[in-house]
Amino acid sequence: MDTKEIILDVKNLNTTFVSDRKEVRIVKNVSFQVKRGTALAVVGESGCGKSVTMNSIMRFLGKNAKIEADSIQYNALRDGKVTEYHLEQIKNPNGPEMRALRGPDMSMVFQDPMSSLNPVYKVGDQVAEGLIQHTGMKKKEAREKVLEMFRKLGIPDPEERIDCYPHQFSGGMKQRVVIAIAMICNPELIICDEPTTALDVTIQAQIMELLKDLQVKEGKSIVLITHNMGLVAEMADEVCVMYMGRVVEFGSLEDVFDRTSHPYTKALLRSVPVLGLADGQKLETIPGSTPNPANLKPGCEFADRCPECTAACREKDIPTFEISPGHRVRCLKYKNFPEVE
Amino acid sequence: MNEKREVIFKIENLKTWFPITKGAFKKVVGHVKAVDDVSLEVYRGETLGIVGESGCGKSTFGKTIMMLEKATGGKVLFNYGGEFKDVTKFNKDEMFQFRRKVQMVFQDPYSALNPQKKIYTSFEEPLKVHGVKNQADREAVMQKVLKMVNIQPDYLMRYPHEFSGGQRQRLCIARALEVMPEVLICDEPVSALDVSIQAQVLNLMKDIQKEMNLTYLFIAHDLSVVQYMSDRIVVMYLGKIVEIADSRALYDEPLHPYTKALLSAIPVPDIHKTKKRQILEGEVPSPIHKPSGCAFHNRCPNCMEICKTVDPAMVHHGAEGHMVACHLYTQNEKQG
Repeated sequence: MDTKEIILDVKNLNTTFVSDRKEVRIVKNVSFQVKRGTALAVVGESGCGKSVTMNSIMRFLGKNAKIEADSIQYNALRDGKVTEYHLEQIKNPNGPEMRALRGPDMSMVFQDPMSSLNPVYKVGDQVAEGLIQHTGMKKKEAREKVLEMFRKLGIPDPEERIDCYPHQFSGGMKQRVVIAIAMICNPELIICDEPTTALDVTIQAQIMELLKDLQVKEGKSIVLITHNMGLVAEMADEVCVMYMGRVVEFGSLEDVFDRTSHPYTKALLRSVPVLGLADGQKLETIPGSTPNPANLKPGCEFADRCPECTAACREKDIPTFEISPGHRVRCLKYKNFPEVE
Repeated sequence: MNEKREVIFKIENLKTWFPITKGAFKKVVGHVKAVDDVSLEVYRGETLGIVGESGCGKSTFGKTIMMLEKATGGKVLFNYGGEFKDVTKFNKDEMFQFRRKVQMVFQDPYSALNPQKKIYTSFEEPLKVHGVKNQADREAVMQKVLKMVNIQPDYLMRYPHEFSGGQRQRLCIARALEVMPEVLICDEPVSALDVSIQAQVLNLMKDIQKEMNLTYLFIAHDLSVVQYMSDRIVVMYLGKIVEIADSRALYDEPLHPYTKALLSAIPVPDIHKTKKRQILEGEVPSPIHKPSGCAFHNRCPNCMEICKTVDPAMVHHGAEGHMVACHLYTQNEKQG
């Protein structure tokens, strides 16, 4: 596929943290692609490395993190021309190259709107900051732009609200402000890290509708990090399931939901309570709990909790198999299919 | 379900208001009406689910029944072998006895266990307090409850940080079960847990309920979890009950517009169900300045003139035990 179609191409990303003089690899050989104008959902339980993967790409990690990758390629499309950026070659995570990309090209929406806004600045100034930094726009002009953005995101009476402080906003409205900050420089790729986990369901529905609109109407590419399978079903075009730092299944929405292949994905889908379960029907559970990433056994990370585990699963690293075009599964059950590196 | 069910809790017009004070003399200038005129009955052996968005007063309601918050008005009647006694008027001794029968499990298993004490110490305390003098007896009870929640008895000598979130929540449940309560009030017991662990805890709670004939008051914001756990569901909005129904009936035919919106807002992990989304506008208003009339009227898609001025009363509608507080149905009653 050419660079016009793919906006982000990650190959063999490894992120290691150093703690207690021990190196712990949290993200292991993660490869995925985000197609332009589509939504990719990254799902998994807490601690599976989904946030670390995205933070590694954006370089938001601390000094004790070591990021290695064969390639992290970001393809910007400007006026019909594609510019390639190789993020893995950028040395300084906070240098001018990285800073120029964050905001106008790729941006991030964080989980907790309460803590991602600065409580002592007016929200309007916080949204305008990126615009002034990146385009050198005058304050007055920027204010007009911010008002426009507030209107687009459905914040009521923007003229008044622009001079309010974050504590004067409700959770849902704060999240809209955070989205406004991410959107103000008109980036192509928006990474949303659990954008609605801190919000109520009715507010969650409003925010998700907003994000879907941005993707469909404005052709933005969205990466949605979540643990909610319901949101995945409603938002995503492609799904990437992670477990203990590995991508265990990657495929289109239909691949993952209809032709679920990895035992972990199957178990995950069945253990979520859904509305309208028949009386007396029991939820299936995944036995045991997630292992400690610091002392993992060789072989498949899911082996201890897997109902279909065989002796071969515990021997060595499991390769990824492509069971149909674009549908990749990291499980020995499919060893007759072609291997992908 | 059984025709004749024994009522274990009868709650009548319960109110919990928090005063808002101002100035040096702490003059009361208003109230946060967290629980406002709630009446319902809880039957023995059932699971009553309470759902609502944050700030609707569901946790305060649970705490008020436990008398951890002082009730501003109304009655909480508890069944003592056929005789109902008002919990709000209990003295210290009676309250002590009452707490043996009603126990609570809190939301956050990380802060519910003392990090400086071994599980053994945390588990021994309620038994000591409730007069199990003999250490061997105490240990027997501890072993028994740990077996119920599938945790090995030798883990008693560990500290809370050595356990995972799911294990800790199971420990909290086990500790509540030590005094052999009749009612367990669970305030968001699984919302801090991962999905795969959540299912384990939910199934375990169902098994324990069968074994001990417990009554659960299951408070949560996640309607799909509540529906999985409960026999009957109470939907709350801004301190008031808007709908009570059997779990199945609430899902099959929700009556109140708020319940309908809540149901449609829940994302379903099924890609073939296309459903009509009904997205509510705006947010939950502040409980200090509640809208006049029906508290939901400014977000309601079916709002009528009467809704803005008159607060709807609870009426029976449809199947037995299905009650709703909405003018759409009070009107029908009058006509019919």
